[in-house]
Amino acid sequence: MTPVLSVLVHNKPGVLNRITALFMRKGFNIQSLTVCITENPEISRMTIVMSDMDEAALEQVIKQLHKQIDVLKVTDLTDQAMVARELALIRVSSPIAERAVIHSLIEPFRANIVDVGRETVTVQVTGDAEKIDALIALLRPYGIRELARTGLTALPREAASSADPKRAGEAQVLHI
Amino acid sequence: MPGMSKPADDETLTRSGEGGAMWMKGADMVVEALRREQVEVIFGYPGGAVLPLYDALYQCGIRHVLTRHEQGAIHAAEGYARVTGKPGVVIATSGPGATNLVTGLADAMMDSIPLVAITGQVAKTVIGTDAFQETSIIGISTPITKHNYQIRHASEIPKVFKEAFHIANSGRKGPVLIDIPKDVSGEEAWFAYDDPPQLPGYQPTVVPHHMQIRKLMHGLQHAKRPVVLAGAGVLHARATEKLLAFVEKYQLPVVQTLLGLGSFPASHPLCLGMGGMHGSAAANKALYETDFLINLGARFDDRLTGKLEHFAPQAVVAHIDIDPAEIGKNVPTDIPVVGDVGEALSMMLSIDVPAPDAEAWREELLRVKRELPFWWVQDGKHIKPQRLISEIARITKGDVVVTTDVGQHQMWAAQFFPLNQPDRWVTSGGLGTMGFGLPAAIGAHFGQPDKLVVAILGDAGFQMTLQELAVIGEHQLPIKVVIVNNSALGMVRQWQELFHGERYSESLLPWQPDFVKLGEAYRIPSARVERDEDLTAALEAFLSEPGPGLLECVVDPNENVYPMVAPGTGIHQMVGVRP
Repeated sequence: MTPVLSVLVHNKPGVLNRITALFMRKGFNIQSLTVCITENPEISRMTIVMSDMDEAALEQVIKQLHKQIDVLKVTDLTDQAMVARELALIRVSSPIAERAVIHSLIEPFRANIVDVGRETVTVQVTGDAEKIDALIALLRPYGIRELARTGLTALPREAASSADPKRAGEAQVLHI
Repeated sequence: MPGMSKPADDETLTRSGEGGAMWMKGADMVVEALRREQVEVIFGYPGGAVLPLYDALYQCGIRHVLTRHEQGAIHAAEGYARVTGKPGVVIATSGPGATNLVTGLADAMMDSIPLVAITGQVAKTVIGTDAFQETSIIGISTPITKHNYQIRHASEIPKVFKEAFHIANSGRKGPVLIDIPKDVSGEEAWFAYDDPPQLPGYQPTVVPHHMQIRKLMHGLQHAKRPVVLAGAGVLHARATEKLLAFVEKYQLPVVQTLLGLGSFPASHPLCLGMGGMHGSAAANKALYETDFLINLGARFDDRLTGKLEHFAPQAVVAHIDIDPAEIGKNVPTDIPVVGDVGEALSMMLSIDVPAPDAEAWREELLRVKRELPFWWVQDGKHIKPQRLISEIARITKGDVVVTTDVGQHQMWAAQFFPLNQPDRWVTSGGLGTMGFGLPAAIGAHFGQPDKLVVAILGDAGFQMTLQELAVIGEHQLPIKVVIVNNSALGMVRQWQELFHGERYSESLLPWQPDFVKLGEAYRIPSARVERDEDLTAALEAFLSEPGPGLLECVVDPNENVYPMVAPGTGIHQMVGVRP
């Protein structure tokens, strides 16, 4: 199980440090972490993807997050229907003669070329982690020069949160 | 005060604005906030970045105790908090002043001690430039505080102080640090202190869920081998009387944690004493064999549980804790109850269930308690530290505040000093901070000025913070310093003897200072006792004298703390339960 947590926090200086310090102190490992502002400028959303862990450990992570004064809400998206997206920029070796091949490879991924050079092209792709992994694997034989991934950002699906209100309301969303 | 502008120059400093707000300087706001929080004593040490704050404190009417090191100040604040239940307040300057608070903050975090620590910081204009005495105490203290603040403008002071005291002393209590840049102290703003704190991310559950309480009471009536484990949560909730009423109503045996001592009278027939690594045979038998364990505000620390798979293996575990993160953290819990222990006990008392049929169990535990008490063997030569503690308890009739340092003497004090009341026991549990006991005694004195304070210290721990003797000497405080001198880091020596093939690596202290001359240098009446036959007379003279005193007790250097649950073993595998 790769846990995904969506955490609403006060948008204040030092809050990111509090959260990462907590993860370090408790020995929890983060795979990716994105932070961005929400519709309310005073509140930020963190999307945290953790390394695999058992349920007891995940419960402890969630409880510890709740103890932070600046944490307003923790939602466990792990087993929920969610919209989760990541963006990757992939700079791939691409002599002019091979460019058509690259185009045809990325096209089914609805990826775009966002920068063109003499030696390389830079591909931008969005999607879930598996889709991005797949495209990277396809492009690797051509020579990936540089790679940047944003990490996952996510929201629960509206249908999911209303279809199972008990799970979303009690088990997954704790207020302390 | 948003929307309110600075008053005209001819208005006086204290002239009221909207809703009783006052126009004040930052440093004066800090003092005013402390006054509103009814702070009666501050422990601290001045320095460059807190000069404006100390100027405001000068002749302000709040007592300030100048320690000789910031670590002494924060442990004193902890001692004060432990015997009063009120937040301790400590002030230190920026940089080294702030970093000297680190051990005390970590100690208070581990043991849930309410503290408000105020640190100076370099001026906002130079933060980040490696200015003189600059350190990022916010970064340093984040993992060891319940919360911390850096004030960016004087107008934030009332809100931050209100929140800090609220956070420190509610929910699971703990230390809160407020970092104040020097220039903020000189800024002027409106001061209003009446608004309640607005903390949407901090809403501790105080009243437990009634269904969980019912489940607990339902389980209790069917138990055959019930036990109550009383932790520090009982003391934090100031719920000792409710605990006594509940225990007597259902005739339940009680085990206490190290920090829970005093939550239930040691003299009570149902008291089995402390459990855990150096706990009593009866207490650990109860924890091992119980089929229904009610944990009241203890956090199942590893020194209590021993190897987890052997801890209460057959029990239905009910855990009442104000911190939900403690429930299920170490021991799987069948009946989780989130809330204040006092509230929980009130609800438990309001539900009448048939008392569990546990007479045989009770009798069995009381038999073990009778037959396997804590013990020592006189050798006719050395002072035995266990007898030393017992004699202090006998002579004072237990009517004192006891503080300890960390190590063997701490365990002997826990075993042999019967605590029958709350607010009389000050010890460093979770962090195990050597050097805690002496400054904590100073704080305990200011919390309970009418009580004699006995600081039971090891010779090694004493030397970590002995400069605080100056505070005792200067104010001639009624604090009796007992140095249990075994010329070793006793607990380290004991572990090396038992688990490291008697290789005493850096744990023996054959060279010692002259503790008596040291005490006298601080103008504290001091004496040494070396022979067992002189012990009682020496203690009687020492304890009956008014004012401060220091007594060095040279004890058997080879004495070990027993019984013992060896590391990595279960609490049923005790060694040394009898001579």
